[in-house]
Amino acid sequence: MGILEVKDVNKRFGGLQALGNVNLSVQENTVHAIIGPNGAGKSTLLNCLIGKLIPDTGSVMFDGQSVLGRLPYEINQMGISRVFQTPEIFGELNVMENMMISCFAKRDGAFRMQAMADMYREKEVVEKAEKMLEDMAMIDKRHDHTASMSRGDKRRLEIAMCLSQEPRLLLLDEPTAGMARADTNNTIDLLKQIKEDRDITIAIIEHDMHVVFSLAERITVLAQGTPLVEDTPDKIKGHPKVQEAYLGEAA
Amino acid sequence: MLGLNKKDFNLLMVVVGLSLFAPFILNIFPKDSAMAFFNGGYPDLMQRFAIFGIFAIGFNILFGLTGYLSFGHAAFLGVGSYAAVWMFKLLGYNVVPGLILSVIVAGLLSVVIGYVSLRRSGIYFSILTLAFAQMMYSIAYSDLFGRWLGITLTNGETGLQVYSNDPQILLGENSPIVPHIFGLEMNARLTLPIGPWEFVFPVGYYFSALFLVLAFYLSIRIFRSPFGLMLRAVKSNNQRMTYTGLNPRPYTLAAFIISGMYAGLAGGLLASMDPLAGAERMYWTESGAVVIMTILGGVGTLIGPVLGAGTIKYMENIISKMNEKLLHEWFGFLPDSLEYSIVWVASWFTGEGWHMTQGVVFMLVIIFLPGGLVEGGQRLAARFGAKSNDTGKTAQPAE
Ligand SMILES: Nc1ncnc2c1ncn2[C@@H]1O[C@H](COP(=O)(O)OP(=O)(O)O)[C@@H](O)[C@H]1O
Ligand SMILES: [Mg+2]
Repeated sequence: MGILEVKDVNKRFGGLQALGNVNLSVQENTVHAIIGPNGAGKSTLLNCLIGKLIPDTGSVMFDGQSVLGRLPYEINQMGISRVFQTPEIFGELNVMENMMISCFAKRDGAFRMQAMADMYREKEVVEKAEKMLEDMAMIDKRHDHTASMSRGDKRRLEIAMCLSQEPRLLLLDEPTAGMARADTNNTIDLLKQIKEDRDITIAIIEHDMHVVFSLAERITVLAQGTPLVEDTPDKIKGHPKVQEAYLGEAA
Repeated sequence: MLGLNKKDFNLLMVVVGLSLFAPFILNIFPKDSAMAFFNGGYPDLMQRFAIFGIFAIGFNILFGLTGYLSFGHAAFLGVGSYAAVWMFKLLGYNVVPGLILSVIVAGLLSVVIGYVSLRRSGIYFSILTLAFAQMMYSIAYSDLFGRWLGITLTNGETGLQVYSNDPQILLGENSPIVPHIFGLEMNARLTLPIGPWEFVFPVGYYFSALFLVLAFYLSIRIFRSPFGLMLRAVKSNNQRMTYTGLNPRPYTLAAFIISGMYAGLAGGLLASMDPLAGAERMYWTESGAVVIMTILGGVGTLIGPVLGAGTIKYMENIISKMNEKLLHEWFGFLPDSLEYSIVWVASWFTGEGWHMTQGVVFMLVIIFLPGGLVEGGQRLAARFGAKSNDTGKTAQPAE
């Protein structure tokens, strides 16, 4: 049993079958990549995992419990965090405030009325947020407003926010899309570091094969909403069907 | 100090100072001078500054922090007044029970209205709150519930007031028969003539100002708290919040209830100045007024709502008093043709036309100072090289 078990998931948008009979098993403490051409249904699949979308049929189990029928914040509290394809952060707030929101969410749960305390005097939260920013080499930017940051920095912050929640499963949706080569390599190193430092399972959607092959232990290829093959990176590289459906097209 | 960082404490002291010295600041022109017309330091207006300041501070906790624009906050102001007058009728003229009940009733009503309205966001939320408030207005205006129950609840279009045959069970032999705080009459005042000046210190004003300072202090604490941070998160990115394991709903509802209670307190204070409550206090234009006050002053800033409320109430009371006769007196020194043309133009913007002035001022501020009067202040401060006295937009760590 994997930490994440997706069984026979279907999702239609009107006449479009975005996901057709998706079965996926992600093993604990691995990096599992999901690849496939644009429009294959990768983001839709992630949406079904975090409660943003509800599959038409099928089941999604996380750590033995169904996530279906739960609200997004409840699923997050179960231990799933997601980094989005376009960074989703709190744009009007500064870096430190962004970090503190997720640290408070980790400490206090979905709701806690704490209206009279000074947020900067909540020591553990401040220290945790600062530590995280230090680890991510963003501590100099703590007072910066996120609206004016580069996409790479926004992505970094979003990853930091997700990590501060100490998720058991981290979902990354094209974390290096639109990044320069150097930034991409930094992100690879960062993710490797994250994996090394903690017990965490990572499911990553990625277009950049360099990223996929440097990180993934298992790869699932998705095409037109259906998994084509699932295997180790070495096997995937040589797989004729994959060459044809995806890698060939990309080359 | 008081759990505030230095900057916030200074800002609080500014508000305390302004409140304490308002009778001097607002009566800057000697009593018999021509400019005395512009003095705002009379009891009724000063009380309104404080009371609507409270109303706007509370509104800003909802609108400024969460971005949810309520168009029905006058409903809470209105029920606050009704609740207070009912306490005067049942218990007596001591304002304390009235104020307590007005906050409680407004709080309960905001639970209901907030719970339903917050199921939607954006324009739909605004419309829902507007619809609720207009419903409350109609119910109060026709005394619908009272007629169902066979009693007088709001007294319909006449308005609720205290009659001599009301129970007033706490009314003793020597109790004042006007609103009072443990015997100190709200409309009592001390008049201090200094040379040509005359300064008035009304009890009712200082009582309201005390609540204004308290309301302002609580709002600073909320702005700087983890709760306040979550409210700003609601405004900034509701989606990200839910995917971060936070439930925005109870946070927004709590903000809604708090701001409803502020409005209820303001309504109770209005009734404490003048023991009457009428349905017109719940009319949608009143809900609109608090939106304008907050935006004019600077939405999401700490002091903005207070400035906005003061500006609007000043214009409403002073400019609306300028009639044509007065204008002719002022411009009488000009040649007749010029005098008449100026008065003709000015009369559009004065007296009944004060709404025109309000509209123009509001438009100019929105276009040139989108951050409201606070932004104006900051720009002035920046121009003159002073240290920008930030008023809440960015929170600095307490060091
Ligand atoms: N909310 C939606 N409504 C309608 N169609 C959608 C929606 N989300 C995705 N789709 C469609 O589903 C297909 C899969 O999209 P997506 O999951 O974003 O692909 P990928 O992330 O693999 O590039 C696309 O054809 C897309 O247009
Ligand atoms: Mg996608």
